[in-house]
Amino acid sequence: MSSPAAIEVTNLGKTYDGVEAVKNLSLTIQHGEIFGLLGPNGAGKSTTLRILITTLSPTTGTATILGHDVVKEADTVRRLIGYVAQERAIDRFLTGREHLLLLADLYHLKKDEALARIETLLKLVNLEEHADRVAKGYSGGMKRKLDIACGLLPNPKILFLDEPTLGLDVQSRLNIWDHVRKLKEQGMTIVMTTNYLDEADQLCDRIAIIDRGEIRAIGSPKDLKASLGGDGVWLTLSDATPETLEQLTTALQALPFVRGIRPRENGLDIRVDGPEKALPAIMETTNKVGCLLDGIEYHRPRLDDVFVAHTGRSLTNEPAAPEA
Amino acid sequence: MNEQIQEVLALTNRWVKRLSREKFSMLFTLIQPMLFWLIFFGNLFQRAADVQVVQAPNYMSFLAAGVVVMTVLNNGLAGGVDLLFDKENGFLERLMATPIRRSSVILSRFLFVMAITAMQILVILGVAFLFGVSAETGILGIALILVLGMLFGIGLTSISMAMAFSVKSHGDFFSVLGFLSLPMIFLSSALVPLVAMPGWMQFFAFFNPMTWVIDAVRPLIISGWSEALPQVGIALVVLIAFDALCLYGGAKAFKRSVG
Repeated sequence: MSSPAAIEVTNLGKTYDGVEAVKNLSLTIQHGEIFGLLGPNGAGKSTTLRILITTLSPTTGTATILGHDVVKEADTVRRLIGYVAQERAIDRFLTGREHLLLLADLYHLKKDEALARIETLLKLVNLEEHADRVAKGYSGGMKRKLDIACGLLPNPKILFLDEPTLGLDVQSRLNIWDHVRKLKEQGMTIVMTTNYLDEADQLCDRIAIIDRGEIRAIGSPKDLKASLGGDGVWLTLSDATPETLEQLTTALQALPFVRGIRPRENGLDIRVDGPEKALPAIMETTNKVGCLLDGIEYHRPRLDDVFVAHTGRSLTNEPAAPEA
Repeated sequence: MNEQIQEVLALTNRWVKRLSREKFSMLFTLIQPMLFWLIFFGNLFQRAADVQVVQAPNYMSFLAAGVVVMTVLNNGLAGGVDLLFDKENGFLERLMATPIRRSSVILSRFLFVMAITAMQILVILGVAFLFGVSAETGILGIALILVLGMLFGIGLTSISMAMAFSVKSHGDFFSVLGFLSLPMIFLSSALVPLVAMPGWMQFFAFFNPMTWVIDAVRPLIISGWSEALPQVGIALVVLIAFDALCLYGGAKAFKRSVG
């Protein structure tokens, strides 16, 4: 298997009206992975996606899809990819089936082939019952299902999803996640933008955190979290003196599973490998040194911590307004 | 080539479906020009207009040509609206991510707008007939009127699509549209012949391509071939220049927008 990477982006840049939306962005996406572009609205993730699906040309740099340049070989690229647009991009006067029939012609499918595939896809996304209703009456979840069916119609090697669960209720989100996981099992490479941390965390094999047009961090959610230096244990020691604190710090540092200690208000922030051994040992050590333990709090690193560590601000999980 | 035909037909079919689902909109699109202009305006000025000035048997027969070309104007200038909405809601992006020839979207729009316009022209001539106006040059003349209308429509639709691809918001689009439409009508020979206009209006009307098209359509309806043919010849020259200019500008705007 000496085939090129699924997607190769090199020094990509895009400037609109003097504003650099994407700056010198490079990344490689492997075959069969779910790759997430995570960032707040306006971070440059949608711009990057648009360049990859050939609807926007880069100002600088290059991008290739399965070895084909997105500018010079745009037509070839378009035959290899599927695009799941944001749900607003639905013609409310057409029925679900008519959307698919239109796209089938744009992908130059033969009539009978198109009809058979549309039938299969409608079944796959569970939209058969509503296929002949005008999309005006569709719920957000139904529109999303139709979007996915549209994206899958050309039987693509790589599927691009733009904010696949933006504004959806919990049940519909879980449904979409299920679909995406099933596609991955079938070997499809999937690239998606999201500004939901939990979505990136649970669905993506690897993510790139993008902020102000630049990649701040890239890796699997697990590695990114691990790179923060382990799980956190927060001790609250209300009556500790500087001496006892120092004594305690020295004693804790001797423990094999402690990876780092930082002071925090009224206590310590300890980074450890795992909770099983660390928690009892830390409590025991605290007792031995003679500090009175007011509170102990254990938490696994969250993707939000990663985000804060790399961008200096938090990516809240409130449903955001769609990008203009 | 076969692929492009498949693309254009599918996209055109979409415009037709959309229109057929908006029955009210379709009805009003079809009857508005004849209701407002031909029936109301025509009958209203039937006695006020001097037949010596308009050089026609009556005002209604004079106005018919103007209403035909006005319809072409309004349809053409509005021809880009649906593309503007497609651009704003992302549907255009969806289309552009498929392996279609970029021109197919534009071609489908031309095809659709031209078909609707041709239908409307026929309806207008039909209504005019009910009020006693029949084309002196017969079926052939009507065919020629359709050709002139299409040629003018191509340029106007190009302008509209160029605007749709260039404007930042649809508010801008509709402001420009509203601003263009009425002056184009008043500053042309649609309602009054050039000779009856104040000098400064005559000046603007002379440079309005619409005037030339109307002056070719009008003799086809009220006079006959001998008077019409030289006018048609001039109109064809004007329209070819006009279309070339508009298509060039339109192509540039389209390239800038979708690459």
